[in-house]
Amino acid sequence: MNVMQPIDRIRGGVHENERHESGHKHVSGTAEYIDDIPEPAGTLHGYLGLSQRAHADILSIDFDAVSASEGVIGILTADDIPGENDISPAHKHDDPVFAAGKVEFHGQPMFAVIATSREAARRAAVKVKVEYRDLPHVTDVLEAAAANYPLVIDPLKLERGDIEAGFAKAKNIVEGEMRIGGQDHFYLEGQISFAIPGEDDEVLVYSSTQHPSETQHMVATVLGVPSNAVTVNVRRMGGGFGGKETQANIFAAVAALAAKKYRCAVKVRPDRDDDMSATGKRHDFHVDYKVGFDDEGRIEAVDAVFAARCGFSADLSGPVTDRALFHADNCYFYPNVRLRSKPLKTNTVSNTAFRGFGGPQGMVGGERMIEDVAYAVGKDPLEIRKLNFYGGEGRNLTPYHQTVEDNIIGRIIEELETSADYAARRKAVIAFNRENHIIKRGIALTPVKFGISFTKTEYNQAGALVHVYADGSIHLNHGGTEMGQGLYTKIAQVVADEFQVDLDRIKVTATTTAKVPNTSATAASSGADLNGMAAANGAQQIKARLVRFAAERWNVNEADVAFEPNTVRVGTERLPFGEFIKLAYGARIQLSAAGFYKTPKIHWNRSEGRGRPFFYYAYGASCSEVSVDTLTGEYQIDRTDILHDVGRSLNPALDLGQVEGAFVQGMGWLTTEELWWDAKGRLRTHAPSTYKIPLASDRPRVFNVRLAEWSVNREETIRRSKAVGEPPFMLGISVLEALSMAAASVAEYRIAPRIDAPATPERMLMAIERLRAAARQGAVA
Amino acid sequence: MTIQIRNTIRFLLNHRLVELSDVSAVQTLLDFLRIDRNLRGTKEGCAEGDCGACTVLVGRLLGGQLKYESVNACIRFVGSLDGCHVVTVDSLATPGGPLHPVQQAMVETHASQCGFCTPGFVMSLYGLWMENAKPSITEIEKALQGNLCRCTGYAAIIRAAEAISTIGDLGKDPLIAERDRIAGELASLQDGRRVVIGEGSGLFMLPASVDDFADVLEANPKATIVAGSTDVGLWVTKFMRDIAPVVHLTHLEELRRITVDERGVTLGAGVSYAEAYPVITEHFPQLRELWDRIGGQQVRNMGTVGGNIANGSPIGDTPPALIALGASVALRKGARRRTVALEDFFIAYGKQDREPGEFVEAVHIPFLDADTRFAVYKITKRLDEDITAVCGAFRLAFDGAGNVTDAVIAFGGMAGTPKRADHVEAALKGKAWSEATVEQAICTFDEDFTPLTDWRASAEYRQLVAKNLLRRFYLETQATGNIRLDRTIAVAV
Repeated sequence: MNVMQPIDRIRGGVHENERHESGHKHVSGTAEYIDDIPEPAGTLHGYLGLSQRAHADILSIDFDAVSASEGVIGILTADDIPGENDISPAHKHDDPVFAAGKVEFHGQPMFAVIATSREAARRAAVKVKVEYRDLPHVTDVLEAAAANYPLVIDPLKLERGDIEAGFAKAKNIVEGEMRIGGQDHFYLEGQISFAIPGEDDEVLVYSSTQHPSETQHMVATVLGVPSNAVTVNVRRMGGGFGGKETQANIFAAVAALAAKKYRCAVKVRPDRDDDMSATGKRHDFHVDYKVGFDDEGRIEAVDAVFAARCGFSADLSGPVTDRALFHADNCYFYPNVRLRSKPLKTNTVSNTAFRGFGGPQGMVGGERMIEDVAYAVGKDPLEIRKLNFYGGEGRNLTPYHQTVEDNIIGRIIEELETSADYAARRKAVIAFNRENHIIKRGIALTPVKFGISFTKTEYNQAGALVHVYADGSIHLNHGGTEMGQGLYTKIAQVVADEFQVDLDRIKVTATTTAKVPNTSATAASSGADLNGMAAANGAQQIKARLVRFAAERWNVNEADVAFEPNTVRVGTERLPFGEFIKLAYGARIQLSAAGFYKTPKIHWNRSEGRGRPFFYYAYGASCSEVSVDTLTGEYQIDRTDILHDVGRSLNPALDLGQVEGAFVQGMGWLTTEELWWDAKGRLRTHAPSTYKIPLASDRPRVFNVRLAEWSVNREETIRRSKAVGEPPFMLGISVLEALSMAAASVAEYRIAPRIDAPATPERMLMAIERLRAAARQGAVA
Repeated sequence: MTIQIRNTIRFLLNHRLVELSDVSAVQTLLDFLRIDRNLRGTKEGCAEGDCGACTVLVGRLLGGQLKYESVNACIRFVGSLDGCHVVTVDSLATPGGPLHPVQQAMVETHASQCGFCTPGFVMSLYGLWMENAKPSITEIEKALQGNLCRCTGYAAIIRAAEAISTIGDLGKDPLIAERDRIAGELASLQDGRRVVIGEGSGLFMLPASVDDFADVLEANPKATIVAGSTDVGLWVTKFMRDIAPVVHLTHLEELRRITVDERGVTLGAGVSYAEAYPVITEHFPQLRELWDRIGGQQVRNMGTVGGNIANGSPIGDTPPALIALGASVALRKGARRRTVALEDFFIAYGKQDREPGEFVEAVHIPFLDADTRFAVYKITKRLDEDITAVCGAFRLAFDGAGNVTDAVIAFGGMAGTPKRADHVEAALKGKAWSEATVEQAICTFDEDFTPLTDWRASAEYRQLVAKNLLRRFYLETQATGNIRLDRTIAVAV
């Protein structure tokens, strides 16, 4: 048979540097976010009334001035909720929509004002008179532990080997503690929901949510209706980062509640300050650790407790603190290990998902131990890292008893060391520091290994809906949400590749619970892995029908039917894709399919702390050099080099953007982004004027970012790619470590600097002063 | 003389003339665009002028010249726009038509992810491109200090900024090509009338001249004077304060005058930071770094030195430096004028030496004498677009033998007002300028300052840094070695 070579390639297939599907709309302001949707006439606006106490009984609430305020239609409190006053994602019944009787953090929603304009609702909400009876409050992790505050959820323990024997054998033991700050998501588009009432019990909710199915479920629970009455739509978010995984739910619930009560469209959008006060953030951690090691710096035993500021309710604190433990080993084999979590309740907003989901805090803790070992044995921390990497006989088992099978950190580190010229630059830094007394430099090269899969196994499933219309155009929906990461683009590339048609033949429209049900949150970096596979599955189902149709109609073997660029080859004949589809439609072939995928191989037993929670690992490394002004603590990042593993990239341009953006976000977390509560338990850094995320001028002065192009996922993921959302966030750790080295230079690198995160200029200066004083004392002694 | 009154405001919005008579004194440009005009390309990210998602360009005439500047629509009052041209992202490309070169560059370099900040970046880069077709990376970063992006890490946006001129021809840009026509249109809107809109709690006015301003203020002594609204804007958007009656300085070109004579530089109270920049950096190069770090570009385009002084912030971007330079403030009430030394203007936290009905007319900054060293240092958590934790300004004069003959040292962030370090100054005066003298003087800081702890810095850090800034100042006079961070390290993207 005469097999002709395909003429050319499709435009926009997998592994191509395709542009973001909404790029042209982003730049022209025509990409529609929820606040941009034209409102039906009579649309009302809701605004939340927030607690002005950190912990208090509510004795009485006087709404007279609120009701009398211009434009007010009504007020909603817990009494107006027909279903349950609870949106706890952990189903703990600890997360009320509206606090009733008692408030547990400053900024907790107590009621909502519904008015004819947002301005009117907002102005009215602050006119409330609440009589509180103050109760003692605790905002800090250690204070919570000291005050015997409860845990918000059962803690996790990971244990392997013999911890006592390990420490007994270890020639050296170091104990320490570290504080790691939280982080606000600072998505540029704040939380927002817009609800339109329907017939009977129905309601349509536009929500800026990463988890439409859960939003649907929560709205139904609050309204006391089945899930089939609630439809949740989300075309795109103006950033999520985990901050809209559960935190969008209250806004959706209130909008829906008001929409049903007043039979009007209702929009709820908080001001930035209220958004930051009333919604959860990355967990702050306190790590208490003990590490035993030999004279070379090889670790024998690790014992650590990761205590987290969870806020007033469980939210996702269970899986977040679990993931901290899962990443406390980073790339290192701990022969004997015990890791324990302590998810503590505090009178602060309930902390939640944030890119990395506890993993970054675990990893920072792990890297702090490495640093301590390095200073104890007087070596470059990179040497200690290499000495302790997973690999070699009997050195591949994680603290949770999963075997590391896909380890490529050795090659990543080796290549980055060379391309960043690490060894020579470290020497130059040390020489510079010898000559300079005000400006000090530091350099660090740190690795990342991040486990991919939801640790809650049931979340590792996804659906997609693929329609091929009779004109050959393709309509694609899947359960993932677009928050800027380019998920819609990547999934469309996968479908284009499956059908071998140009990308512009495919339209991806808003994610909606009406098309793909029971979806998982677009979280855990899983969006492309799960939904890409589901979409491919949907396309494959349709293709299988088309192949059968073609084989019958043209009387050829199924093996002789092939999807080639924009054509379908049947035997030796080629038909344009559109023409072929028209014939298939004429032959009454079903041109629509619901795709499905579930991740294989994974399992996890939390009570035993044992299993294979992760399908695979993503790896990366970064090398950062910094300069620090030892008079003020001010610093800058002079250079960062990154080599990151995304497997066989579905879209290298988008993946590069994820890596660059995640690094800068991670760097911000560990440097200038500081959450600060006052004595009354008020968060005082609740706006960009007081909470400082990185600017363009904060990024490294020299910034070299590369993908490990040779990497191929050894597991059968979508086109052998790897997840990219979260892993590169932890590349920012190299900045903290480099700052640490610069500080250490003032004491001749003899003392572990132990700088808490974020390493603000203030923390840097105070650490430098402490180290200088210690060095002087040491010199005297 | 009777003043003629107009009861509408008129401005160009993209391609159309807008005339409004029913507009609130606290109506922000952003809400006007999004809610009243359904122009929803411009986004609200923070409503306090810090994130830049709402960036638009405002073109205004000064001496007949039309200049477009990026501003934050969220804290800009519509009332202030009389006679201006507002350009929003919605107008850059026609539906279905080609993208503007700035937009095209952003698309090609993958510079948008979630896209919410993107319209603001587009407008900031457009404003930069009109002024500077081939900007350096430092200039790009400066133009973007007021734009936050949480997704990209900025590298791609910088690449876009560098690519614009390879994609488009500035000469063909509509705002450049049509500049004369638009300037003519704006000039035709200037009728020399006082604008008065609304009444009672909705009243706002745009005086026609400085004399008219004096009259208006005498008649309305409790009026809120709005120059750049970079501070007053937040009183409305964050504190929901009623600020009427409002007086906008929009039409007072006299207050935008910059005079340089043999004694020094005089800035009219309505001169923006951006307008003052060339003169300030020419005559006081030591102020360049401070000026570059005031707010972001949008804030520098809107905000004025006069407003910065008149609102009496305990931190203040410029007051510590201007106090150290011996600046004075020209005040006017009706026809009565007086001059006050800047340091005497700040009486206590939230209290200035300004009577009801009185206003700041100008700020005079005397030139430095020979044999004088001057420096100002701003310490912040984040390098750019951050409010000062501590700002220290030092002006020392020396005799031929190297003795300190005069010392003026002022700090912001260390007390309820910008404040002189009297004891430190005394400890330096008459002494040999040496490390020993400096160390002795440092011991007296505790007598001058008892700073507070807040989210920007602890008291302990503030005090220590304040002392170290004097050490830095000393080291800089000795001019050896690396004592400042090197911002010139080659930037590669």
